[in-house]
Amino acid sequence: MLNTLIRRLFQMIFVMFGISVVVFLIFFATPGVDPAARIAGRNAAPETLAQVRHDFGLDRPVPVQYVLMMKKLFVTRDLTSFQNRGQQVIPELVDATPITLSLVTGGAVFWVIGGIVVGLLAAAFKNSVLDRGLMILGLIGISMPVFWLGEVLNLITQSRLHDTWLFAWVPALGYKPLLDDPWEWFKTMLIPWISLAILYIGLYGRVLRASLIEAQEEDYIRTARSKGLTETRVLIRHALRTSLITFVTLFGLDFGALVGGGALLTEVVFGLQGVGKLTYDSLKALDLPVIMASVIYASFFVVAANFVVDMAYAVLDPRVRGR
Amino acid sequence: MSVSVPSADENRPIGEMGQGPVAAKKRPAAGPWVTAYRKLIRDRAAVAALLVFILIVIGCAMAPYYAANIAHTDPFRSNISGSITLNGQEQPILEASTEGLGLGTVPIGPTWDIHAYFLGADDQGRDVFARLLYGGINSLLISTGASVICLVFAAIMGVVAGFFGGMVDGILSRILDVIWAFPIFLLAISLSIVLIQQSIDIGPIHITSGSLWLPTFIIGVVYVPYVARPIRGQVLSLKNSEFVLAAIGLGVPSHRILWKDILPNVATTLIVFVPLMMALNMLTESALSFLSIGVQAPDASWGTIIQDGQTLLYTRPTVALAPGIAIAVSVLALNVFGDGVRDALDPRSKLRLGRD
Repeated sequence: MLNTLIRRLFQMIFVMFGISVVVFLIFFATPGVDPAARIAGRNAAPETLAQVRHDFGLDRPVPVQYVLMMKKLFVTRDLTSFQNRGQQVIPELVDATPITLSLVTGGAVFWVIGGIVVGLLAAAFKNSVLDRGLMILGLIGISMPVFWLGEVLNLITQSRLHDTWLFAWVPALGYKPLLDDPWEWFKTMLIPWISLAILYIGLYGRVLRASLIEAQEEDYIRTARSKGLTETRVLIRHALRTSLITFVTLFGLDFGALVGGGALLTEVVFGLQGVGKLTYDSLKALDLPVIMASVIYASFFVVAANFVVDMAYAVLDPRVRGR
Repeated sequence: MSVSVPSADENRPIGEMGQGPVAAKKRPAAGPWVTAYRKLIRDRAAVAALLVFILIVIGCAMAPYYAANIAHTDPFRSNISGSITLNGQEQPILEASTEGLGLGTVPIGPTWDIHAYFLGADDQGRDVFARLLYGGINSLLISTGASVICLVFAAIMGVVAGFFGGMVDGILSRILDVIWAFPIFLLAISLSIVLIQQSIDIGPIHITSGSLWLPTFIIGVVYVPYVARPIRGQVLSLKNSEFVLAAIGLGVPSHRILWKDILPNVATTLIVFVPLMMALNMLTESALSFLSIGVQAPDASWGTIIQDGQTLLYTRPTVALAPGIAIAVSVLALNVFGDGVRDALDPRSKLRLGRD
């Protein structure tokens, strides 16, 4: 177990290093692009350009530039935006994080419950009309672009049916902090949560159904049946338990990916100022330091999340430990 | 080519199509490809999905013909001061807004007349339906091109890593880990902020900033681990299978084992991935274009048209709704067909896109 842990830890550090090198190369070594001009933003004054060249060591060897960038990001954390006159980038990122977390966490609650319900129902009534219907709905959920779904929900709840009793409670787009007014927070987030969750309900429902049906062939299920347990009990207490291992792995990976930038589309459509929206707005403003920071931090988060998932998997499933 | 092998114990219809085992005189049993093909055409949902997808492809391919001969419009030029005649009445394409302060303009809504502005106009007075067809060409090209890039890279990396193992496997697997952990939208944003309004030259390759190759390449590369990892796993288990061990024992050179034993098995997996990757790529393309880091104006794709429609969402929702429906139907068709292909080629398969 300890060996696995240490090996995974080294792999994680290696991957983080690899990502930082790739990001560095994109920003500082793309052929034919002057990094100083990109970092300083559009219409930068010559003094600003000179300052950027000095700060980022652009006249020094490439490895030095890499170390300087990493230092600005992780040690001194004083990376500043030139577009927004001296705005510190890292605090900006920290402020945006709770919004992304509340979007993804709330969405996750919906998709975990939805995915389990859909998977269980479909597996319990295998090949029935209910099963077929749920699987087709799931496939439709997987096939819709998430940002488009968000716009359709906006169209319905903000415009077309906003004045009816159905959606009159939906507040205007934007984020309300949880600690200021929890009820208002819940109301603003509900539609974004649903919009984010639909894809994953379809995905997880289908995966869980397949895994449950596969489990029905296993010996331990036959044993449970022959003990005279009811079908429901066999399904929930025995089959579902093993199938949840796959489910937990998937969940960890998707949660990590969503917090690390995957929820960007939902944030943009619903006007939530999370990490993804911050990065997107910086793209529009050509504010490169913000993008630099969010890309590195977000991808490191994804790597760390994957590491936690691997470890959880090893704890849940003893067979993995030896490998 | 039609090969029918008459036999006593099997009543196959004479003249059935398919690439059967041509020279199999004594053993008329159908080969794996024929079996899979027969299974696939019996799957009604998969066949229907394929037909729907083909119809969409044909429709999009007709875009230039439609724009020139039916709608008589140029979907890439704004038509702000134009007007059309509807029910004998002259009507401007961009009419003055009647809501609020009466400022700004509202483009004409759907006329449901195939000859002009079938789905209405966007905020530049361009025909949305014509743009939808043109945009479909780009969406289809990018998702197909990215799938080809992805599968070629993934096949090479997966087979090499699995077959040679050791150091090679270690290095390739770490590279895959790096790509895997990279948040795709953030990677695309980083690349495009550097390349925005600027072309790059890498050796003989010249990429302009508006080139379709840029989104195609980004999408193709980011999903390589999704395919390469299962292929590596498959090659690893093939390497320990009895027929490969037997070949090694007989002294068959490894390039021959690779060519004759490993690749044909991997090919099945790759084919299963084709429609599923195309579906995934189409969704990714639309997202990148929606974020304005995919297809660049004045070119269109289904994603960029949804973005065009965003400001008109509450007044003229068809502009954003129509391309979304086009994406959803195409992706659904590809997914259903992909499930059919998988069931036909590899029924016991545990391949699930991107996982395992």
